Amino acid sequence: MADYETFQHDVLVIGAGGAGLRAAIEASVAGVSVGLICKSLLGKAHTVMAEGGIAAALGNVDDRDNWKVHFADTMRGGQYVNQWRMAELHAKEAPDRVRELEAWGAVFDRTKDGRILQRNFGGHKYPRLAHVGDRTGLEMIRTLQDHGVHQGIEVYMEHTVLSLLKDGDRATGAFAYERERGRFKIFRAKAIVLATGGIGRAYKITSNSWESTGDGLALGYEAGAELIDMEFVQFHPTGMIWPPSVMGILVTEGVRGEGGILTNNEGKRFMFDSIPENYRAQTADNAEEGWRYCQGDKNARRPPELLTRDHVARCIVREIKEGRGTPHGGVYLDIAWIKEKLPNAAEYIKRKLPSMYHQFKQLADIDITEQPMEVGPTTHYAMGGIHVDPDTQMSRVLGLFAAGECAAGINGANRLGGNSLSDIVVFGKRAGEFAAKFAKENQHGRTDNEAIEIIAREAVAPFERDDGENPYQVQKDLQEMMQNNVGIVRNEMEMKTALDHLKKFWERTNRVGVSGHREFNPGWHTALDLKNLLIVSEAITQAALERHESRGAQFREDYPNKEERFAKVNTMISKAPDGSMQIRLEALPEMPDYLKQVIEEMR
Amino acid sequence: MNATFKIWRGDTKGGQFHGYTTEVSEGMVVLDAVNQIQAMQANDLACRWNCKAGKCGSCSAEVNGMPKLMCMTRLSDLPLDRPITIEPMKAFPVLKDLITNVSWNFRVKKQIKKFKPRPPDAPDGTWRMQQEDIDRVQEFRKCIECFLCQDVCHVLRDHQMHDRFIGPRFLIYAAALEMHPLDTEDRLGELREAHGIGYCNITKCCTKVCPEEIQITDNGIIPLKERVVDEFYDPLGWIWRKKKIKR
Repeated sequence: MADYETFQHDVLVIGAGGAGLRAAIEASVAGVSVGLICKSLLGKAHTVMAEGGIAAALGNVDDRDNWKVHFADTMRGGQYVNQWRMAELHAKEAPDRVRELEAWGAVFDRTKDGRILQRNFGGHKYPRLAHVGDRTGLEMIRTLQDHGVHQGIEVYMEHTVLSLLKDGDRATGAFAYERERGRFKIFRAKAIVLATGGIGRAYKITSNSWESTGDGLALGYEAGAELIDMEFVQFHPTGMIWPPSVMGILVTEGVRGEGGILTNNEGKRFMFDSIPENYRAQTADNAEEGWRYCQGDKNARRPPELLTRDHVARCIVREIKEGRGTPHGGVYLDIAWIKEKLPNAAEYIKRKLPSMYHQFKQLADIDITEQPMEVGPTTHYAMGGIHVDPDTQMSRVLGLFAAGECAAGINGANRLGGNSLSDIVVFGKRAGEFAAKFAKENQHGRTDNEAIEIIAREAVAPFERDDGENPYQVQKDLQEMMQNNVGIVRNEMEMKTALDHLKKFWERTNRVGVSGHREFNPGWHTALDLKNLLIVSEAITQAALERHESRGAQFREDYPNKEERFAKVNTMISKAPDGSMQIRLEALPEMPDYLKQVIEEMR
Repeated sequence: MNATFKIWRGDTKGGQFHGYTTEVSEGMVVLDAVNQIQAMQANDLACRWNCKAGKCGSCSAEVNGMPKLMCMTRLSDLPLDRPITIEPMKAFPVLKDLITNVSWNFRVKKQIKKFKPRPPDAPDGTWRMQQEDIDRVQEFRKCIECFLCQDVCHVLRDHQMHDRFIGPRFLIYAAALEMHPLDTEDRLGELREAHGIGYCNITKCCTKVCPEEIQITDNGIIPLKERVVDEFYDPLGWIWRKKKIKR
């Protein structure tokens, strides 16, 4: 075997966004040696893009809030196919995780009495999102990063993991390459935490960066873990649509939380027309009440713009399809209108939404304090991912843990805004804690040299194909195919077409070629990421086909209603012994009575 | 419409500008053009980027000689009748093409003493802070670590004093900690000695290039310099503090 540099840690964390950093810190506190692998530089992970805030029932702004309300909101938003235990732990532990960030130096916006301020967000009954203007994710990742670097964590920047290594049933390491020199490296570990984030790059229009190619999902799947809820892909209702080069960039839900309204080209506020039955009781039925809610009136109900993301995205698609869209094919998001209500509206908007102001001014020549924005749905988040034990975050592969977006269960069919930033710290901490415990109870396993050689040979194969296809072209075509066939509105025919296309994409992927040498070669990296994109694309399509109903983020025009037989099941995907993708339906764990009662009380 | 770009290509051993012509359309930014050239003409062209929205600070480069985030630099703001030059930051060693070795920055940050809060104000372990007392710190915490301020700082760029001066980014980082209402740590000794705050001669180049519009010099470095002066060169203040400690 070639002589690869080998590194050894008790716990190896793959991914350095909020979940990975929080896991690394917790494992390190437990006294084990920790290695942290990031695909980019430290502090650049997709967490920086999170804008609106972190959901935690602190009750600082409205003291009626508590974990039970947050739990019930999360379950309702997820259409009750969430793993109830994860939703319970999340709602109970999020406040402590927020307070801990403050103790580590995070500086959240304040209430008048000096406590952490909380804002309104879609699907949350009370103002619940602790925030820093509209750059909450940056504040969190920087706090975790700055705290983490003093913990003795070994950080490997600009490294990408190609495959996990196993010893029998157990994960024992990872085989990776470093971008700078293009060299392969072996990482041996007693326990591994996957925290690689999302899959947005499987679609053409996305808010996600080049990194979000579903690496952790594919690594876990190949190693024997199961993928759950893959059909539920969140299309955020408000992404930028114009100019074309910025298409997909996120416009925070915070705009609507501060009073922003959605209108069509007739100037009509269309969300009032379509309030779902299960939200009717808690949604305002007139503009005046909606505004009072945004201004903190505890007796007012929230405006329909703050319904859940799946629903708002579908209403926007309907407006556009029925010819009531804007010139560039979106709808209007208007925050400038609040100047009718507030004397110093422009200043208020700039203070509450500084990066939105900046982003539109600089990239689209729009002054959001004067003009409405044009927005449309953008691929944002995967509710699905690696199936884990709710308490320990371990997958069915021994020693392999997952946390954050690449793990799944807490969100069910639709995630509420703000629940992701809390998810990453709640379950990042748990994954780190239990990975460290596992590492203390186990010795290093073996790593398989033969397997390593095969991975290494496959990885460099694109250099040997002189007339191979351009990997960027394959990626672009795949993104378009997924956008067209497995997007917001789905049907059986298009998804079967997608499966046929995916077979051809595998063939094309096996023929891609790259030029140049291995040192910092983005073409090569794009070629290597293709396999991960194909695995997640197939998993999304298979799961979406299997769920013959519409629920949350999954909308099937051939099955437009919720079906009772899918109300208590999750789709579960795994790799069959023959290498094919296997799918089955698994019954949800039965919810204990005390939680059923909570849901009943909050109805 | 087509536009021409002269992009620096090379590695640690040296390199040169290569010309690329590519189609440009309304609203495009420099990073779009670079990504397009990468996808269609030069797959192995190395550049860093992530968020494409001015939030992660990865795509720093020098565009027509000006330090910029490529993702926030509109082509419509540049003279497209002549080639646009794009080259890597100059204050750091080149690795490949537009990528520089910025690892020095990560090492410097580790040397700055971490946040040390006072005991919590309330029995539930939380603190109370007024918004007006944290406005300044929040301004500094907007920093996206693009390192453009480090790139234009004469002390680093021209004099290469990386071993004696931490640069504007980390002076702002230290300022955010020193001015944090809860922090109890003292970093003034290091700022004066190892971190070399005295080398900054407030030419404000860093402030001019900051994409987050942080008032690095006026709001951060100058007040920090004043604190250092008060601590070490003000005899009355020195006696006052001694007395306070004794009490």
